[in-house]
Amino acid sequence: MTDQISNIAEKREMTINMGPQHPSTHGVLRLELDLDGEVIKNTRPNIGYLHRCFEKYAEEMDDYSKVIPYTDRMDYVSAMNQEHGYVIAVERMLEIEVPERVEYIRVIMAEMQRIASHLLGIGAFGLDLGAFTPFLYCFIEREKILDIFEKTSGARLLYNYYAIGGMIKDVHPDFKKDTNEFVKTFRPKIKELNDLLSGNKIFIKRTANIGVLPEKVALNYGASGPVLRGSGVEWDLRKNDPYSIYDRFDFEIPIGKGEMGTLGDCWDRYIVRVREMEQSLRIIEQALEGMPDEGDVTEGIPKRIRPKEGELYARSETPRGELGYYIISDKSASPFRVKARAPSFVHLGLLPAISKGALIADMVAIVGSIDIVLGEVDR
Amino acid sequence: MINFAANTTYTLPILVHAAVPLTIIVVYALVAIWGERKVAGFIQDRLGPMHVGRWHGWAQSIADLLKLLQKEDIVPKDASRFLFKFAPFMMFAASYAAFAVIPFSSGYIGSNINIGVFYLLAVTSLLTLSIIMAAWASNNKWSLLGGMRSAAQMVSYEVPTIATVLTVIVVAGSLNLMTITEMQAGNDILGFLPNWLIFQNPFLIVAFIIFFISILAEAHRVPFDLPESESELVAGYQTEYSGIRWAMFMLAEYADMLLLSLLGAVLFFGGWNSPFGDFMSGPFWEFFWFMLKGLLLVFVMMWIRWTLPRYRVDQLMHICWGILIPLSFINLVLVALWEVIF
Amino acid sequence: MKTPEEIFNYLTNQFGEEDLSFESRDIGQPWITVLASKIREVSKFLRDDSELLFDTLMCLSGIHYPKEEELGVAYHLHSTKLTHNIALKVRVPESKPNVPSVESIWKTANWHEREAWDMVGVVFDDHPNHKRILLPDDWEGHPLRKDYVQQEFYQGMPTGE
Repeated sequence: MTDQISNIAEKREMTINMGPQHPSTHGVLRLELDLDGEVIKNTRPNIGYLHRCFEKYAEEMDDYSKVIPYTDRMDYVSAMNQEHGYVIAVERMLEIEVPERVEYIRVIMAEMQRIASHLLGIGAFGLDLGAFTPFLYCFIEREKILDIFEKTSGARLLYNYYAIGGMIKDVHPDFKKDTNEFVKTFRPKIKELNDLLSGNKIFIKRTANIGVLPEKVALNYGASGPVLRGSGVEWDLRKNDPYSIYDRFDFEIPIGKGEMGTLGDCWDRYIVRVREMEQSLRIIEQALEGMPDEGDVTEGIPKRIRPKEGELYARSETPRGELGYYIISDKSASPFRVKARAPSFVHLGLLPAISKGALIADMVAIVGSIDIVLGEVDR
Repeated sequence: MINFAANTTYTLPILVHAAVPLTIIVVYALVAIWGERKVAGFIQDRLGPMHVGRWHGWAQSIADLLKLLQKEDIVPKDASRFLFKFAPFMMFAASYAAFAVIPFSSGYIGSNINIGVFYLLAVTSLLTLSIIMAAWASNNKWSLLGGMRSAAQMVSYEVPTIATVLTVIVVAGSLNLMTITEMQAGNDILGFLPNWLIFQNPFLIVAFIIFFISILAEAHRVPFDLPESESELVAGYQTEYSGIRWAMFMLAEYADMLLLSLLGAVLFFGGWNSPFGDFMSGPFWEFFWFMLKGLLLVFVMMWIRWTLPRYRVDQLMHICWGILIPLSFINLVLVALWEVIF
Repeated sequence: MKTPEEIFNYLTNQFGEEDLSFESRDIGQPWITVLASKIREVSKFLRDDSELLFDTLMCLSGIHYPKEEELGVAYHLHSTKLTHNIALKVRVPESKPNVPSVESIWKTANWHEREAWDMVGVVFDDHPNHKRILLPDDWEGHPLRKDYVQQEFYQGMPTGE
């Protein structure tokens, strides 16, 4: 042991493994860090600990709709959005339209899930920086959303609720009332969260000017979602490449402005998520108003799913960014190839670029601010 | 040199004197750990422990302690065995020894020595040493980082702590904690305020704020809990410890918190003096007031812990060397001038 | 903003007809098949030309075509400035699956190319860190090939069925 330490002393550098069991890597991520003191010289992310062969399974399934439960398990924090991305891809291959009511339910579910996912992201980010209490405040609100999901779909985390061409079943009779009530009670909570965390001096000191991601680098690395918007790019697939019925709603795209430090730092990425929750509330309100009361959500589900030959890349905006499904069909009942382009995978790839010269404590902040879910990274 | 074994006239009093603070520490630690969980629970809009012992989970800490006693005592394969096993006890011994000079009431002080403050500060410096010992002996890189952070942090923050304590000594004119307490008796300021040092001199309010921030760092409490920050260093120097040795660390940490809070109570809030003059005074009430003052400061520490995020290591150093140290020395000079003029 | 056809025509003015071909099927999106040796040049042109400006690589996927005994790589590009999309595809024989890396053009490709190597077995020339990404370094075979057979033991541990 003495030799080992004196070696370190001579080189002045040591390599340390952050993870796979580390409370701040949000799952089973392993980061190999080359340290000089506490300053990070080099970061090498190692992934694959949660690889569950999603793509292979999807090819082996003898039905396109049997893939949906697997998409749930990719990003288990925002399962509704994952399902949404997959079903619109397959619907485009089948060239089918879905009923009006289904579209509205899908949008409400997706936006609720976005809020739930951002709450978890923000809370865990605070937790990484040592603030325990905001995490639990976020969880209280997230529970309310999960309760609404549970009433309708029967599950709290992995829903299997979207179906190709419709929904598995109609929403619970209380759905509209519950959701309205949630929207009403949640608005003041965002203010509370801002008081507790966003404006906190220590929090700002820990996040401003840390992990700066300039716009050019972000685009070159293929960043999307809050990470890209945090760098000041007004880019949201719900607006720029509308899918489902997002073109009907009036909402804004919050972007980072470098308010507390440099544009594209951890604080910018964080605040984009907070502001996005407000916009999601606006969408939910409009969707609840426009949702038709009558309509069978299961009537559009095709009995037999056999797309013609062809391939497409369909993308949608999940809480973490651009989720793309590249599906190739060879006229058989199972997809020839399904590739999921997961935003967390791409964002983790840019981690080495923005963590050079940071301290270990900053590393925790940076990993928290890009809000990765390892299920999605490893698929 | 006293022959302890042969001379029972010395042994018995020494054992009693040793047992009193130990009992206080252990009982306090059990209550404080339960209290901290309750405080955390209320701050976070939940209940905290509710089941063990029926009434609001009062026996939770005892149950935890029993569990920790039964746990396997793991020593990592490549650890430096002796130092690894010794460090937790040394850490507890360091904070326990310092209780010797704390005046719990007018009738009880472990050792009424003239250099009480000096002794206390010197003995608590051993804490740093034991943390580094634990960190080094664990043969774990995360522990080592925690140990390094802790060494830097505690050595730095000792400077403002001592500077503010010095400020009080300038006013009090004594290093004996009992004397400092006794001179704060009575309610003369503005006719009703107790003669506590914090009310005697406006600069001592500044001194108390600096002192409190510094003891937060000395006791490794949020926002300065960097040596053991769970989300960064995976609990730092405690990473490899389990069972009773880990419990010793916890006990030492809580004892340290209480020690520094009690020191704050003596130096600024009149120690065991009742805030109402002669009303509710007497040996029992003195102990009650003293512990109340100390526990209130401990409560504020808990309150801060469950509210704030954590500073980064360089920011922590900047706060100490860039702000607290110059401020505390300027304050010392101003207090001295005030004493000369008035 | 350009449609895929327009982009194809624009590209053929720059590169030879023999390097590129435009393909589409019954449904879905069309794509441009590029000769493997030309992919880096074409990519660079796509990124830098003022009328194309494909600044992001959305997705890069490896594909196995067992019938043709070929491997494919699909590139999905997107321009945030001009908001148009295009898909490129490269086909190489299984026996010599070498494709030039586009990592120097879009950094996104770094991990995606590693994944394509890991899962399908496409070799990317000039990749700075050409290693497996999801599977362990000493794993045998490429699981997303249609003829993949799972190894029975991995470092002495049975791998299941």
